[in-house]
Amino acid sequence: MNDPHLLSLTVNGTEEEVLVEPRRTLADVLRHDLRLTGTHVGCEHGVCGACTVLVDDAPVRACLMFAVQAEGADVRTVESLDDGVRLSDLQQSFSEHHALQCGFCTPGFLMLAEGVLAESPDAEREEIREALSANLCRCTGYQTIVDAVHATATSRRETTA
Amino acid sequence: MKPAAFTYHRAHDVADAVGLLSDLAAAGGDPKVIAGGQSLMPMMTFRLARPSALVDLGPLRRMPSMTTIRAEGDHLTLGALVTHHAVETAALPDGFAVLARAMRWVGHLPIRSRGTVAGSLVHGDATAEWCLLALLLDAVVVAEGPSGRREIPAGELFHGFYATAVDHDEVVVEVRFTRPAPHAALTEFARRHGDFAIVDAAVALDLDGGSVTGGRVVLGGVAPAPVRVPEAEAVLASGGVAGDALWAAVADAAAAAVDPPDDAATTAAYRRRLTRTLVADACRDAAGGLR
Repeated sequence: MNDPHLLSLTVNGTEEEVLVEPRRTLADVLRHDLRLTGTHVGCEHGVCGACTVLVDDAPVRACLMFAVQAEGADVRTVESLDDGVRLSDLQQSFSEHHALQCGFCTPGFLMLAEGVLAESPDAEREEIREALSANLCRCTGYQTIVDAVHATATSRRETTA
Repeated sequence: MKPAAFTYHRAHDVADAVGLLSDLAAAGGDPKVIAGGQSLMPMMTFRLARPSALVDLGPLRRMPSMTTIRAEGDHLTLGALVTHHAVETAALPDGFAVLARAMRWVGHLPIRSRGTVAGSLVHGDATAEWCLLALLLDAVVVAEGPSGRREIPAGELFHGFYATAVDHDEVVVEVRFTRPAPHAALTEFARRHGDFAIVDAAVALDLDGGSVTGGRVVLGGVAPAPVRVPEAEAVLASGGVAGDALWAAVADAAAAAVDPPDDAATTAAYRRRLTRTLVADACRDAAGGLR
């Protein structure tokens, strides 16, 4: 019962076509078929948030979506953030605020934060804390991650003001 | 932690989905509908669910009736594919604003971005916020099957232990909330933020100025299905001044009435204490809607 499906989707601005077994999750197709291993897989049942990516601008758990459900979707992963040379403002802020230690959870936090800041550019610290509670980090204790995202939100507001 | 293999079928409209479910079942399969998949996928990755086929309602998102929130008179109708986050961010009439306020308790933002209202109701978890809200606001689930559409009132929807009155060959097309409650609130307790509640409570108060004339009390986590608590509602119906004394009486009645499950991690006594605290909190929040 392999039942392969031809899947068309856009990943980080590039149109992709992949032949996938229906039971493959979006996280698995990103990592194994498209070789975008920046998206990490932790718990595989929607608890840890390490696999968070943006699907049509909304942060979602890539382990809680079959890839075939992403037909025609616009997917953004952590690989879309830097320009190949420089880190994005959010990534730079994570570095400056020591918002990562082992880094395993970081791609999920970055994409979650991008989704939150895109929808709520005026988010203050409490709203950011609430949103970031979706993901687990076993190293930092979270304060520095909240600091990094809050600093990015503030500086983006100043830039657009 | 990988799901078992299944065949995948994209539905193009509701009739197509119903046809696929019937055909796949007639061929000896065990098909299941997938919408947002936020409850089904964890069950499949744990292999607690191993459907032979999935019928995906995703393509139906292009149909406005499936994704629209419509206020008509005293009713609020949600298309079956409306997400929790769409409700959270919608401007709802006062009588249904409790729905938007309650969404912060549903998982986390990425779950709310994908998960659907109808999916949560059909999954029928005894602590799911939507199941409590359905009983609180007299929801009617409209389901389409091989013999046409039928309406299932919330009071007949939940059979307990994840079983609902929606048949395996039926697809929910919309959920209609028919009882506006401007003074309503939902609250809950879980060990970690975003987890399934151990106990959750929803209250709607009928208020006349500062006096209570009636209301509803709904609990999750104290029985195999979400339940209304007539004993607590009787205290509200007997009336009184809105305030902590009355809320305590309602909460005591609720805690005395329930017979919660008892397990090693969470004892019945603990769930009863949570019931008392949460019902009182929900009453206070619901009355606060006056401000």
